[in-house]
Amino acid sequence: MDLVQLQRQLVDYRTSLYHEGFLDEQFTQLQSLQDENNPDFVVEVVSLFFEDSERLLNELSKALEQQVIDFKRMDAQVHQLKGSSSSIGAHRVQKLCIVFRNYCEAQNVEGCLKCLQQVKHEYGIIKTKLESMFQLEQQILNAGGSIPV
Amino acid sequence: MDSCNCIEPQWPPDDLLMKYQYISDFFIALAYFSIPLELIYFVKKSAVFPYRWVLVQFGAFIVLCGATHLINLWTFTMHTRTVAMVMTTAKVFTAVVSCATALMLVHIIPDLLSVKTRELFLKNKAAELDREMGLIRTQEETGRHVRMLTHEIRSTLDRHTILKTTLVELGRTLALEECALWMPTRTGLELQLSYTLRQQNPVGYTVPIHLPVINQVFSSSHAVKISPKCPVARIRPAGKYMPGEVVAVRVPLLHLSNFQINDWPELSTKRYALMVLMLPSDSARQWHAHELELVEVVADQVAVALSHAAILEESMRARDLLMEQNVALDLARREAETAIRARNDFLAVMNHEMRTPMHAIIALSSLLQETELTPEQRLMVETILKSSNLLSTLINDVLDLSRLEDGSLQLDLGTFNLFAVFREVLNLIKPIASVKKLHVSLNLAPDLPEYAIGDEKRLMQTILNVVGNAVKFSKEGSISITAFVAKSELLRDSQTPEFFPVPSDNHFYLRVQVKDSGVGISPQDIPKLFTKFAQTQSTATRNSGGSGLGLAICKRFVNLMEGHIWIESEGLGKGCTAIFMVKLGIPERLNEPKLPFMPKVPTNHGPTAFPGLKVLVMDENGVSRMVTKGLLVHLGCDVTMVSSREECLRVVSHEHKVVFMDVCVPGMDGYEVAIRINEKFTKRHERPIIVALTGNTDKVTKENCMRVGMDGIILKPVSLDKMRSVLSDLLEHRVLFEAI
Repeated sequence: MDLVQLQRQLVDYRTSLYHEGFLDEQFTQLQSLQDENNPDFVVEVVSLFFEDSERLLNELSKALEQQVIDFKRMDAQVHQLKGSSSSIGAHRVQKLCIVFRNYCEAQNVEGCLKCLQQVKHEYGIIKTKLESMFQLEQQILNAGGSIPV
Repeated sequence: MDSCNCIEPQWPPDDLLMKYQYISDFFIALAYFSIPLELIYFVKKSAVFPYRWVLVQFGAFIVLCGATHLINLWTFTMHTRTVAMVMTTAKVFTAVVSCATALMLVHIIPDLLSVKTRELFLKNKAAELDREMGLIRTQEETGRHVRMLTHEIRSTLDRHTILKTTLVELGRTLALEECALWMPTRTGLELQLSYTLRQQNPVGYTVPIHLPVINQVFSSSHAVKISPKCPVARIRPAGKYMPGEVVAVRVPLLHLSNFQINDWPELSTKRYALMVLMLPSDSARQWHAHELELVEVVADQVAVALSHAAILEESMRARDLLMEQNVALDLARREAETAIRARNDFLAVMNHEMRTPMHAIIALSSLLQETELTPEQRLMVETILKSSNLLSTLINDVLDLSRLEDGSLQLDLGTFNLFAVFREVLNLIKPIASVKKLHVSLNLAPDLPEYAIGDEKRLMQTILNVVGNAVKFSKEGSISITAFVAKSELLRDSQTPEFFPVPSDNHFYLRVQVKDSGVGISPQDIPKLFTKFAQTQSTATRNSGGSGLGLAICKRFVNLMEGHIWIESEGLGKGCTAIFMVKLGIPERLNEPKLPFMPKVPTNHGPTAFPGLKVLVMDENGVSRMVTKGLLVHLGCDVTMVSSREECLRVVSHEHKVVFMDVCVPGMDGYEVAIRINEKFTKRHERPIIVALTGNTDKVTKENCMRVGMDGIILKPVSLDKMRSVLSDLLEHRVLFEAI
């Protein structure tokens, strides 16, 4: 594909992400922080997010498999996840974290399990989408163009 | 018979004669001998007798005479020579002594005589002294009487007792027949008999005050003897005999007003009473000097006692009056309080009760307007809405006014945009004005500050009311609104000579003039404009509606804002100008740390707004830490990141100007770091500014942050612009309290 088309595709893709509620303004903020001094800022932050979230999700799964569930610890971890997701603008994930926290407070195991599944699901989606977006951006860069804001 | 040398009697001795001579001689001798004995006896008895020597002589003389006579006894008959010798000797001695005595007596008798004179003299003297003693005793007595009388008089503060006692005591002391007191009447032209000693009920005799006798008495401070025939002394039935002497004395009646603070009372304009004292008739008594003195002293004492009594009476009366007034005032106050309470209760109830149905009516009518309606129905609903709006405004006005009246209304001061207020008013008024084809123009002076401190809502209400009135009462033409800062030359207005506003550094006076070309107001109606509920009589204004409260409320608001409002008009049909001035504060940003975060007019900072600013970011969450770092790096800061509390405390130094601390994590640990940092840096200017980054700004979080001494809170997620403004504010004032 040629450069302009790629760029247009990227823009559309991004817009759809916003429209569908996967991302919110925070992501825009992140993008505005990226400049010549910090060219890979967004990628770095998002990668960090992925690492962090995967770790947290694993721990949460493990915690829920225990006989005696440590809700407090789980709550703290969900809080972390919420913080991270809100920092990059992963809107849906953040929302789910809030619900998850409520279940933790209520010490509702069923609810927690269900929520965890949902979070994992959403996380999976957003990860895929962001990775696709980054691929597009890379393609544009490779084609010698600049990433449209 | 022998011839003897003795002489022979010439005649023959007569025995009888001889016998008698014999006996007589014997007795003489006896007497002569007994006299000295008596003398000796009595002299011995009396202690003093200066003339002993004379007595001895005299005694000797007598003894010798006696002896002679005794010896004579023997010479009647024949006697011997011895007898004759003895006789001769005796006679010789007797002669000597008697001559001596005679000579002595020449000296003595004058002395003796003088003794007698002296004795008489002394006796006279003694008699005189006795008399004087008697007099002194009498005076002493009277002195004692006076003291007792004075004591009696002064021991009572009751007028009548004083006077009665005086008369009684005087009467007793001086043994008077009658004693009377004449007091001046209210008119001061007559003297009225007020008290007498003997007559129980003095009939109200009056005597004109300007009699010469009375004048004489009044002009002298002494007791004056007057004639018993003068009118003041003629109060008893004419005696059959000589009436006793009469004395009159003046009794000054001292008034409160006569007493100056540092002065003795002046005796210039005086009222006097007259005391008349009469000695008993048919006695030869006279007025003695000491008695007159007594009378004068008593008169003075009486005057003093009377004045005391008068003062006491006055003060008691004043006190009673005060007590009555106090009681009445207390009652009035309680009644007023009850009334106020009742009014407040009424208002509180009415406030709620009235607003609720009004609200229902207005809300439902507006809803009704939105539905499908026929034109007549629409008209009806519009009328309902308009009327209920009017009613609602009226209720609000009344409630506001009553709060204003009690002074319980307080201005809600705050910083607001002045220009925005005027624009808002203009927007609200434009539709109505355009319907009436009125042209509205707004003129804001260039030196008018954009922001001011004051009660925005009420200022708007005032401006709106004034402009609204201008629009309401103009059928055509234009309305012009001008606003400017009142300068001191313009502050003195002929309309308001009592209003001298003084601008200061923190305040300015906003002057707004609203000029319209409407019906105008006649000069006599102008004062009534600001009174509640008073309407001008012209039918035009009546038809235009208005409850009459609007201007009264505006005036109250303007007064609360320490200003003044007035209306000028040249007369009916010539339009009018409403002018008001209010005091507004000039916002000083440094004075208001608690101000909610104000969006400043955005200036375009470049990305490196804070070059080299050293900040410390503490966040346990890796992702958000990175995001915050990215933000700050984008703004040009030199960011140090720490991920734990201990690390934060270790790393923080006075070079870091700001510390961003994530306090999202449930638990109190984040706050502890702030406390530790505060402890670490004792001097305020060395301490970095501590800002909390948190996901929730509920009250608890805010309180906790404030308590540990944090300088601000930022709610995550933070946008670039927000971070930029936060940092610039923080660095400018060192304090921000909340940024949402």
